[in-house]
Amino acid sequence: MPIHEKSLIRPENLKTHDELVIDGVDVSGHWSTFIEARVVTDYNEALEEEIAALPGGEYIHRCWQCGSCTNSCTVNAINPDFNPRYWIYLIRMGMESELLRDKDIIWQCVSCNKCTYACPRDVFPEGVMKATSHWLELKGHTPKSPSMHFDEVFTEQIVKTGKIEESRTIRRFFARTKQALMQDWMIEMTKRMLRHLPIGMLTRMGLATLVAPRTSNWGAASKAMQEYIDEQEHERAEALNLAALAKRPEQDVAA
Amino acid sequence: MTTKEKYKKVAYYPGCALEGSGHSYNRSTKAVGKALGLDLVEVKNWNCCGAMEVKNVDPKLQTYLSSRVMSVAANEMDMDVVMAPCNGCYHNLKKAEYDLANDAESVEVVGKLSKKAGHKTYESGQVETIHALDWIKEAIGEDGLRERVKNSLSGIKIANYYGCMYTRPRHIFPEKDQGPGSESTSKPHFMDDLLAAAGAENVDFPLKTACCGGAHTLSDSDTSTKLVLNILKTAKMAGADVIATECPTCHSGLEMHQIRAEKTLGEKVDIKILYFTQLLGMALGLKPRKVGVHENISDSMRFLKEKGLA
Repeated sequence: MPIHEKSLIRPENLKTHDELVIDGVDVSGHWSTFIEARVVTDYNEALEEEIAALPGGEYIHRCWQCGSCTNSCTVNAINPDFNPRYWIYLIRMGMESELLRDKDIIWQCVSCNKCTYACPRDVFPEGVMKATSHWLELKGHTPKSPSMHFDEVFTEQIVKTGKIEESRTIRRFFARTKQALMQDWMIEMTKRMLRHLPIGMLTRMGLATLVAPRTSNWGAASKAMQEYIDEQEHERAEALNLAALAKRPEQDVAA
Repeated sequence: MTTKEKYKKVAYYPGCALEGSGHSYNRSTKAVGKALGLDLVEVKNWNCCGAMEVKNVDPKLQTYLSSRVMSVAANEMDMDVVMAPCNGCYHNLKKAEYDLANDAESVEVVGKLSKKAGHKTYESGQVETIHALDWIKEAIGEDGLRERVKNSLSGIKIANYYGCMYTRPRHIFPEKDQGPGSESTSKPHFMDDLLAAAGAENVDFPLKTACCGGAHTLSDSDTSTKLVLNILKTAKMAGADVIATECPTCHSGLEMHQIRAEKTLGEKVDIKILYFTQLLGMALGLKPRKVGVHENISDSMRFLKEKGLA
């Protein structure tokens, strides 16, 4: 195992002996490479297929675990637990419970595509990260991430009007994620902007917040896109067998 | 027709950000075009390309949105070249172009949606999408620029910041990495070339294509602040006075998180952030207001006065 991935060994799996001699070598004390043998039985054999059924996950089967993705990863550099190579491994092995330990950080992929650039097998790891966070949400393992909320607010506005008016998107995003809009730094930024912004620009920005810019004759495109989104959602729900998932709690109660 | 002539008149796709937070990029791009005698014809009734968000709801929806922009340029305006100054727009149009040339499913979905929406379906190869950097580099070139410089940028040390979407993933930019004369995806240099021709001194900046966390600038602000802070500090350490940008998301991300780092982490990095078109415009003799310096969030006026540009 590459040394920089030692953090993958969970503390509870480490072995420490007060006094142990093997073949005449004293190995007492803390050795982070001695781990408890364990037997994994809770494989989810459908896991790889389910991820591959979501957009971005299609090429996960190509991975041969070279680790170029993790090595080049922007987020890994600031959080070593963010490890695309390892997650791809877990998904392909069907080790769902192990994957779920990292469920709250997978959405943090910033889509810089350094992994896609470095990958020698065209796995498109960035897509796999998006598919995996989408899968976690669809399966109910995590609530919708702030990033997914942002993507949805954004997409809804484009489907509706054809264009983005930033202040509207930002306000809706903060409302949907229940965050205070006027945080310290946001106030400071607004103040600094107002200090030197010309009146013309202020008027234009003000008008844009009242009347959203839109693409004209957008109705037919808007309708076609909404139909397509609904269709895709339905297909994904089938691929992930979400109907059965929704029924499960009732069955549990009945049992 | 040579590339040089072909790029003299292009369809201009500003995109949503350039009508909002990136307005100064819009203003400066148009002003530079005018000063250089290049003709920009705005794409009629354009729509959003899908930015970095729509693909996470559905990638083919993004392909459709981008294809519509190219369809309007090709079929309704009879243009061969679309120029997008925003890295996001540029990237998405190139991605759509690639998918429509290589993926039958994308072609099918785009065809279906275009038909329902009531416009001609875009077919791959109808237009060539270029970035504002390609536009000036090819249509004017370093020599052409050198001749036109009225106010040299000499004495200004610049870290050129290209961001992610201009070069990655490389398969959607087949014209890059073609050896001498072409742009490189691992070490892009077009912005360096242009600003050097305008007299600036480019510093050796290792984070040219690092990520600013732009996709999560609001949804995961702490990560973005860390990434931006790293970029700002590295540029400063490399000896730069200014970070030159070529993307509205990177630019506003750098400006926002420069303030956020100061407010939440107590880390103040004093470095100016300007669009490369603003710097070029001033080199061509335009006043800072003409290139929208007053519309940036960060204030560079005093610095520009010291350097004799204001």
